Amino acid sequence: MPNIIVLVKQVPDTNAKIAVNGDRVDLSAVKMVMSPYDEFAVETALQHREAAGGEVTALTVGGAGSDKILKDAKAIGVDRIVRVAAEGEMDSNALQTVLAQAVTELGGEMVYCGKAAADTGAGSTGPGLAERLGWASISNAISASFDGGLSVVAPNGAGNANVQAPLPAVVSCDKGAFKVRKPNVKGIMQAKKASVEVLSIEVPASAVSIVAHALPPAKPAGKTYNGGEAAAEVAQLLRDEANVL
Amino acid sequence: MTQTIVIAEMNNNAVHPSTAELIAAAMTFGDAPTVIVPCTEAAAADGAANMGAGSIIAAKSAAFAHYDASGWASALDAVTPQGTLITGASSQSKDLAARIAARRGLAVIQDAVAIEGNNVTSPVYSGKAMQTVALAGPAVISVRSNVFPPASGGASEVNVLDTEGNVATSVTEFMARASERLDVGEANIVISGGRGMGSPDNFVHLEAIADTIGAAVGASRAAVDTWEAIPHAMQVGQTGKTVNPSLYIAVGISGAIQHLAGMRSSKYIVAINKDADAPIFQHADYGIVATWEEALPVLHTTLKSMMG
Ligand SMILES: Cc1cc2nc3c(=O)[nH]c(=O)nc-3n(C[C@H](O)[C@H](O)[C@H](O)COP(=O)(O)OP(=O)(O)OC[C@H]3O[C@@H](n4cnc5c(N)ncnc54)[C@H](O)[C@@H]3O)c2cc1C
Ligand SMILES: Nc1ncnc2c1ncn2[C@@H]1O[C@H](COP(=O)(O)O)[C@@H](O)[C@H]1O
Repeated sequence: MPNIIVLVKQVPDTNAKIAVNGDRVDLSAVKMVMSPYDEFAVETALQHREAAGGEVTALTVGGAGSDKILKDAKAIGVDRIVRVAAEGEMDSNALQTVLAQAVTELGGEMVYCGKAAADTGAGSTGPGLAERLGWASISNAISASFDGGLSVVAPNGAGNANVQAPLPAVVSCDKGAFKVRKPNVKGIMQAKKASVEVLSIEVPASAVSIVAHALPPAKPAGKTYNGGEAAAEVAQLLRDEANVL
Repeated sequence: MTQTIVIAEMNNNAVHPSTAELIAAAMTFGDAPTVIVPCTEAAAADGAANMGAGSIIAAKSAAFAHYDASGWASALDAVTPQGTLITGASSQSKDLAARIAARRGLAVIQDAVAIEGNNVTSPVYSGKAMQTVALAGPAVISVRSNVFPPASGGASEVNVLDTEGNVATSVTEFMARASERLDVGEANIVISGGRGMGSPDNFVHLEAIADTIGAAVGASRAAVDTWEAIPHAMQVGQTGKTVNPSLYIAVGISGAIQHLAGMRSSKYIVAINKDADAPIFQHADYGIVATWEEALPVLHTTLKSMMG
């Protein structure tokens, strides 16, 4: 009956335009949602509970605004929702230190997270947290089965491999075989009533600080041609002008 | 100045040519770096000669037979000097970078596309913005390919260090890739089809061109979701793979923001779409407003004659 923790992070909706104001991104007008891969992590955690019993706790590190995604996780079936109260920038070292302490305090025996957060795109948290806890880690899982121990399908070398992991372990989830469930009315009602448990953990100093955000360099306007015959000219340009063939 | 060490990018137990780019990235911090080659046979480290290394270490261990994050990080940690570490930005190398950084209590910065002094720039928000951070000390940095021009020359003598890793998982089965085609994440040229291809059977036209120019075949999410024959492994975008090839050809793809998230950093983008207003054209270096039925045969014939 494993005590399962699933990490969820609040990020801008992936449809949102990202504006830069001065030298920082300006998210004030942006809708915030659960990072897309975390939805797969929640689903995998729930399937693990359904197969092996135990409890699923959704955990986030963030400000009070992040309570919304914890409630979203509650609505689709997690048992507990916990937030480590923290505002502001944290480097990977600071974030993982905080998460490792929270997982330890919660008595976690299994952690699921997203393959990469939609804001950082990093994919650092799962493996980094596992290293700090001294646990096994498997990244980018596309499916999992739970009878006879945890077994995960994930990329390895040139293809995929079926990998057996001893618990405790951290598994980061890609979009995979599992279909993400939607909340039902009962779940939504329960989420409304649920309260977020707030932990306070000291955040270590970051060794990396953000200097600036900028929009990606604008590409010079491309050339546009009409009609399929132009493909011949484009092929020539790819070789002679772009030098990519 | 802190020492800089490159962990060689490996592919099938051989040093991948992109390692020379990592060495160039490391040299922005100063001297030619030490290159560590994770291998099961020390001979593999010969592949790092002539890539501009200051010195080469073959880290030899049975742990490197196949990838396990714990095994690789512990085996490498034991033989890697302290300092700033540079790795590749393949998904395996990013995983290793994160794990070894945590082992050393260092911060990790993923997908660097520029390094200037102690400032490192990488894409955030799926490439919709660039973030520059300042390092206050040693860190682990994964560097995207096709950004730094490869270094050359340097050490060719290899020091062999035996090491052991704490392998935490066991592979019960390797599954062959569904196709023998290049993986979109690794290829230098990618040609992708979207819902505009009309049917999965029409992807043979993309495959034929891919075979002519050595490209991988990718797909949009609409193609993957609509057609069972198009596997998720081919999907490029927010919930698929992020690719960074020198050439990306998008055929029958509208250019939704989530698709752009996976390919907008490609060096050159070609779009073939029958709708002149498709958003993909705003990101294309070369746009062809035509149906694929009109454009692909012409493209294929020309490429075939160019490639001889
Ligand atoms: C959370 C989230 C994550 C997502 N992740 C991804 C992702 O990872 N990758 C991804 O691709 N999408 C992703 N999407 C979906 C994305 O929003 C788009 O729906 C998808 O990219 C559209 O695919 P498409 O361009 O192939 O199809 P469509 O939008 O249907 O476009 C088809 C295009 O083909 C053109 N066309 C039609 N017939 C022809 C012809 N004969 N010749 C030439 N052109 C033709 C049309 O003009 C049109 O532009 C995601 C969406 C969400 C909400
Ligand atoms: N602040 C956070 N709180 C909770 N989970 C997080 C946080 N940041 C990252 N994660 C988890 O780690 C995954 C990978 O994040 P990243 O390493 O930033 O790409 C995310 O998908 C989440 O599951």
